[in-house]
Formats: sequence, C-alpha cells, structure tokens
Amino acid sequence: MFWTNIKRIIRTGFFNFWRNGTVSLASVLVMMVTLLVIGFLIFGSAILNTSLSELRDKVDINVTFVPEAVESDILNIEHSLEGLPAVSMVTYVSREQALEDFKIRHANDQSILAALDELRDNPLGATLNIKAKDPSQYESIALFLEGKNTLSSSGVTIVDHVNYYQNKIAIDKLTKIIDSTNRLGFAVTIAFIILSVLIAFNTIRLTIYIAKEEIAVMRLVGASNLYIQGPFVVLGVIYGLVAGITTLFVFLPITYWIGQITTNFFVGFNLFHYYLKEFPQIFVLILLSGVFVGALSSILAIRRYLRV
Amino acid sequence: MIFFDRVSKVYPDSSIALENVTFSIEPSEFVSIVGQSGAGKTTLLKMFLAEEKPSQGKVFYESTDVHTLRKNEINKFRRKVGMIFQDFRLLPDKTVYENIAFTMEAAGRPDHEIEADVPYVLELVDLSSKIWNFPSELSGGEKQRVAIARALVNNPDIIIADEPTGNLDPMNTYDIVQILKKINDLGTTVILTTHNKGIIDSLGKRVIAIEKGKIIRDDKDGKYFA
Repeated sequence: MFWTNIKRIIRTGFFNFWRNGTVSLASVLVMMVTLLVIGFLIFGSAILNTSLSELRDKVDINVTFVPEAVESDILNIEHSLEGLPAVSMVTYVSREQALEDFKIRHANDQSILAALDELRDNPLGATLNIKAKDPSQYESIALFLEGKNTLSSSGVTIVDHVNYYQNKIAIDKLTKIIDSTNRLGFAVTIAFIILSVLIAFNTIRLTIYIAKEEIAVMRLVGASNLYIQGPFVVLGVIYGLVAGITTLFVFLPITYWIGQITTNFFVGFNLFHYYLKEFPQIFVLILLSGVFVGALSSILAIRRYLRV
Repeated sequence: MIFFDRVSKVYPDSSIALENVTFSIEPSEFVSIVGQSGAGKTTLLKMFLAEEKPSQGKVFYESTDVHTLRKNEINKFRRKVGMIFQDFRLLPDKTVYENIAFTMEAAGRPDHEIEADVPYVLELVDLSSKIWNFPSELSGGEKQRVAIARALVNNPDIIIADEPTGNLDPMNTYDIVQILKKINDLGTTVILTTHNKGIIDSLGKRVIAIEKGKIIRDDKDGKYFA
C-alpha cells in the first residue's frame, strides 16, 4: 500500500502542475527569480574571490641584503623562510641578477649607468621576494626577519632593509578591505537568499491558499494529512526542478554576455568559462536549492490547513 | 448509533450556536433537521464530524465520543460518513472519475476496486456519460449527483446531506431526494438538513426542528410545521 500511495501522490502532484498551467507558470517564474539570485551570488563571490586573490598576489615584501652577505647565508634564510607555514613562495634574486635588472630598468638613463660604471664594485645587494598565503601574515614574516634568524654564520645581521615597513600601511589597508569585503559579501548573500526564499515561499503559499477549499474537502472525506500534503510537496518539488533547469539554461546566454565584460574588467576572469567549468557543482546547487525551497514552502504553507 | 448528549456550543463572542441539545439517531433512520439559517443545523453536523468541539456535552458514534478520537482515528471515522454539501464541494481540477476515486484512494482502497466501483456508483446516480468531465462542465444537478456518488462509494454507515438541494431547481431537487431515499432504503442512515418544506412534507420521515440552538420539536413522521 505504501508504494501505491507514493505512486498516487506523485501522479496527483504532476496532474496538479499540468492542469493549473497559469498558477504553475507564475510559481516557476518566481522560483526562477530566487534561483537566479542564488546563481548570481555564486558568480559574484567567484568574481570577488578572483579579484581579491589577484590583489593578494600583488602584495609581497622584499628583503634586501647587505652587498657583503654571503650567498650561502642568504640561501639558508630562504630555506628557513620556505619552512614557515605563512609563506607561499620565496624568490631569490642574486646580486648579479639585481644589477642586470637595474641596468635594464634604467637603460635609457645614461647618467645613472655612467655613475654605476664609476663604482668598481656592484653596489646592489641580493634580495628575497616573499609572498605570504594571506596579507595578514606579512607582519609575522617581517618579525621573523627582524629576529636572530637572519644573522650570518658569523653572528652579524646581513639584512640591509625589509620593505614591509614602507608598505605596512598599504598592506594593512588591503587586509582590512579584503576582510570586510568577505564579511559584507557573506551578509549580503545571506540577506538575498532569505529575501528570495521568502518571495518563493509566499508564492507557493498563495497557490495553496487557492486550494484551501479543496484541502477542506479532502479532510472531510477522511484523507490522511500525509495524503493531502504529499501532492503539494510533489508540486513544490516540480516547481523547483522546472525552475532550476530553466535557470541553468538561462545562465548560458547571460554568462556568455557578461563573460566578455568580466574578461576585460577582472584580469582574464571569464564568467562563461567559469560557469562551464563549475557546471556540475552549480547544477547540483541550483537544483537542490529549487527542490528544497519548493518542498519546504509547501510543507510550511499547507500546515495551517491541516489542523483538525 | 448517534447520540448527542446535552451538547452546547458557545463561540468566543458569546453567541450561542447550540444549547443543551440531546437526541439520538438509530441505524437505517432517515432524519431531517430543519430550521432557519443560523439555527444551528450546520454546527450540529460539524460537531458530529469532529470539525468543531462542543463547549459542553458529548457526541457519540456507537459507543465512542468522537471528540476523544486522535487525528488518524478521526480520518478513519470520517470515511464511515458520506458528506453531501449545498455547494457540492467537488475538487475542480479533478475529473468526475478522479473526484470519486480520490475518496477511495484516501481510504486506502486498491486500484482494481477503484476501477470497478467508480463506474458502478456513477451508474447508480445515472451519470456514466460524464465520467471524464470536469466539474465546471456539469450542471448543478449533475454536480450534486457526483457528490452523492462520492459520498456513497466507500459504503458509508451514514450519509449527511447539508442542504443538498439548496442550489437546485425543483426537478433536480426531486431527483436528489429520490436518490437519498433509495440510499436509505438500502440500509444507510441519512441525515438531511433542509429549508425545503416540500421535501419534508413528501418524505414523511422523522423531523427534528431547531430554533436558536435548541430542539423545539422531534416528530417521528413529521411535517415542516406541526
């Protein structure tokens, strides 16, 4: 009997969807708005994350060593820096390389090149370029460099200067911006999801309100609550599925169009490519959201009409 | 079989719908309940179906106080009662067949019984030709016959007809009353509420008259006015 009841409930749900075409269409459209909002929030957070990581990538600190520093001491420091959990990458630039880069940078400035020639020795020190996993960790890396860790084998400090302190204000500001953007993004996401779910919930509540007389009749002929509620839940799930699939299709032209803009705006981030690459996850997320919102709205909306 | 034991119903606004009502109905009886609008007829029926709780008193079906039943027991109890309403209350998005089948499905009847019984009961009310029509495609009389078929299909112990002819012309009214009589002749208890003097006088069955929530008359072979 259980399976017969399930079959009957699903069949009735489908019939209700099909026969109330206009109401179904309206509900699916409203549900689509909800899912579009959820989808755009996914895209928004992807764009935000890419932009933030781009920014993060641009932040680094340089440690310049005194020209007398021995290469093996510098490489030791590089090695110990790489062992720090906060560090994502360390690049060593030798004195010769630094001189080479300097010459290239000032190729058009003859006076500087002439001054350089006057000096017998290479005046530039080697540098280590350090990238942290997170901008907030630069301070701890700078502190590490200040300590005993950067002494040469003979116990003399070989660090000439660390440019963190010059960049500190900019780095702190960026860290704050990233943190508050993340927090704000999260709050906005939650607010939009709640709003759009409420709109979908209200629409389904209206469709059930229209059927309240029918529900009363079903109760009077002795139908169990589960048997009355079942088709409405199926109906909510169908709304969610149809709205979900339609939304996924609608995203194709939208992301294609926006993709061209985002590529120019956000250094190579193409929304369309992102959509295609992440499609399985987005597919599951949108469809599950639709089904969840549809079913839950139906269950909540019909409850008040089932009190005996 | 049905026993109202000193039942009163007072609404929160202090209006009295029923006052100290006591009567019983035996199996296979045909009882008409008459009274003006607002006299308390519908409240009485709602009390019996456990749709509303009495403020005082008890309502028994056989030996059970229906207001002590739990939710799922109420559903089972309601399946023993066939309801017919003045406004038909068919499910508008279901065909005639589906409207009747729904009642059987709700009672957990298997598919093969539904497929056999629905056409049979539609034949009883002479509506076989409209089996696949929707309620909006039927006349008032036809809708009421579907409602009767729906009420009958689970072989109920009792049929309650709440002003079943209120929206019908005299011809259809006559037909519906004849069907109800036939149902009663086959052994089902019928409780009918009506305004229609003609019906009551022609039936020659028991009449309970209600006025302002009180029973003012209970005649074995009553007329509308004694």
